[in-house]
Amino acid sequence: MDHVASNTKPPRTKASGAALPLPRELLVQMHELMVETRALEERLIQMYKQGHGYFWIGGPGEEAFNVPLGLLMKKGQGPAYDYLHAHYRQSGTMLALGEEPIGALRQMKNTATDPYSRGRNFAGHFSKKQWNIAPVSSPIEVQYQMAPGTAWMQKRHGGDGISIVTGGDAGTAEGDFASCLVWSSRPGNEVPLLIIVTNNQWGISTAAQGQHGEKHVADRGKAFNIRSKTIDGNDPVNCYLELQEAMDYVRKERKPFLMEAMVSRLYGHSSASGANFVGNETDCVASYERYLEQAGVLTREQMDGIRKKWVETLAEQARQVRDEPQPEGSDIWKFIFKERE
Amino acid sequence: MANMAQAVRMALHFAEENLGVTDIFGEDVGPPLGGVFTVTQGLKTTWNSPLDERGIIGMAMGIAMGGGRPVAEIQFCDYIYNTVDLLKLAGNMYWCSAGDWNLPMVVKTPVGSGIRGSIYHSHSFDATATHIPGWKIVMPSTPLDAYGLMIAACKEPNPVMYLEPKALLRIQGEERIPGEPDDPKALSKLIDAPLGDRSQWKAQWPAGLEAFEVPIGKAKVVREGDRVTVVSYGRTLPLCKKAADELAADGISAEVIDLRTLWPYDWDAIKASVEKTSRVLFVNEDTEVTNFGEHLMRRTVEELFYKLSAPPKLLAGKFVPGIGLADNLEHASVPQLADISGAIRALAAEEP
Repeated sequence: MDHVASNTKPPRTKASGAALPLPRELLVQMHELMVETRALEERLIQMYKQGHGYFWIGGPGEEAFNVPLGLLMKKGQGPAYDYLHAHYRQSGTMLALGEEPIGALRQMKNTATDPYSRGRNFAGHFSKKQWNIAPVSSPIEVQYQMAPGTAWMQKRHGGDGISIVTGGDAGTAEGDFASCLVWSSRPGNEVPLLIIVTNNQWGISTAAQGQHGEKHVADRGKAFNIRSKTIDGNDPVNCYLELQEAMDYVRKERKPFLMEAMVSRLYGHSSASGANFVGNETDCVASYERYLEQAGVLTREQMDGIRKKWVETLAEQARQVRDEPQPEGSDIWKFIFKERE
Repeated sequence: MANMAQAVRMALHFAEENLGVTDIFGEDVGPPLGGVFTVTQGLKTTWNSPLDERGIIGMAMGIAMGGGRPVAEIQFCDYIYNTVDLLKLAGNMYWCSAGDWNLPMVVKTPVGSGIRGSIYHSHSFDATATHIPGWKIVMPSTPLDAYGLMIAACKEPNPVMYLEPKALLRIQGEERIPGEPDDPKALSKLIDAPLGDRSQWKAQWPAGLEAFEVPIGKAKVVREGDRVTVVSYGRTLPLCKKAADELAADGISAEVIDLRTLWPYDWDAIKASVEKTSRVLFVNEDTEVTNFGEHLMRRTVEELFYKLSAPPKLLAGKFVPGIGLADNLEHASVPQLADISGAIRALAAEEP
């Protein structure tokens, strides 16, 4: 079996032929979620630039991968359902799971109503135990260390729940990524863990090129007998199909899978690097829209309408959030320890 | 009477049978060894991990998030330092998520000097652990407290750092753990793994073990006195007790408090004693600069200044890069009986 597929085959959304690669409703749903995600990230950036937030970080450029991931997750609480140990570029997955975008705006504005951290953490740092969403933290590697633990409990529990961990290519230089490969593939004790690296080929301002000698990050799975693959992460149809196949494998075999998705980083690392649109990388929303138009799934007018709807909705929600209260200083003493029952 | 290693082992047995402990793991924790200090021999849920401390802490966090209740071991606290940011993460998860995710997990690790452990088997961890908010931190000095604190730790919905003073792990207790046989030889026969091939061996656990609990946050006055208060924990605690007993012959009356929990610590117990004696000595063996005892001194000065007849004192480890192997080096680095006796005597003699 090939552990690593090359990244050179033509994107599935460019394949010719009359038959659609996925059901029309799903193509339309993915599109709207991608647009919603992009509109959310751009609104968050706007809020930062207008002084309605101190710092922005997020995932514009990863929608084509993150949205299908959310659609394919088994949503719920506890080991029967999927766990997500995400990094801070995962808003598309949250929205695809059905999360309302206003929570992200509240976190951006660090309001007391912020549902993920109550004004304590940066934008994009989601947490939702009700859906097994582990708290996102700013260190770019630690989630790789925790994810085998939930997967271990899921293997013991039985069923088809899996754990999913995401991070960037730069973070794979940390030892925690190697730990994740070791702990998920212990012979006889392999765990159902989908290990994801969204590779945008940058760590803030540093190009991966000068730091990483491996041809593909996914090649590192080979040494551990972990089924591994590098995929085009800018094509949502391809991502959906590849994720479906990988998740089926992890669900059934109860073993890890390492997936590296090549993605874009459309607004730089974070607001620390300006958060300005970069013109020289593939824009997955634009390319998907070209495909949908060519394939006769949606018209330009329909797509413009969807975009307008989300831009307006989020602008309205941002205005609403602006007037919501900040946490009181005395809030710092809350949630240090949970009371024993 | 059980020694501390046996006491912790019995508590873990009770916890995996009755308190929902799902995984007791770490390097060499499972069979055949059952821990380098024998603490995890014969238990049902033990397993051996890769030699990866960060992996151990991360795994424990994940198990706790996945509905389990782990007790993870770092073989020596000397090797816990590369996990510090994960310990911070475990300590902040409940707070950062505003109460969404708590972590019911225990990390246990042997600490301190006293076994000729040289530079990398003699570290202390209490000064560093008490710099990490969000953890409860305990450190027993007797087998009975070791048992009761482990029971309490395994009932906690928060991360608990359980520090085992390694010099005391083999010391037999003076108090009976409820349910243990009276004869230490009988206990050893039941629960200590045999030398040589132990593949067929199974522990025979005493039937009457119970949920005897030492509450987290409660200190214990182990010796009453009225001239000086001595506050300590771990390896140095029995030395403080012994020094106080010996000094009584010279008419020096020292009250000794075993703190037992470092966070959240029992200020009421310290305060009540210092208000009585007006002199206080804090003793521990971690390095003395930004030492936990310094915090206790600061609070003593701020809150009890006008009750004091003498400046509060700290006797702790020397601020040197390591504890050397040779006896003279180790003894010069961390408090010994004579150092403690001398410090108590000097403090008792101070007059305003």
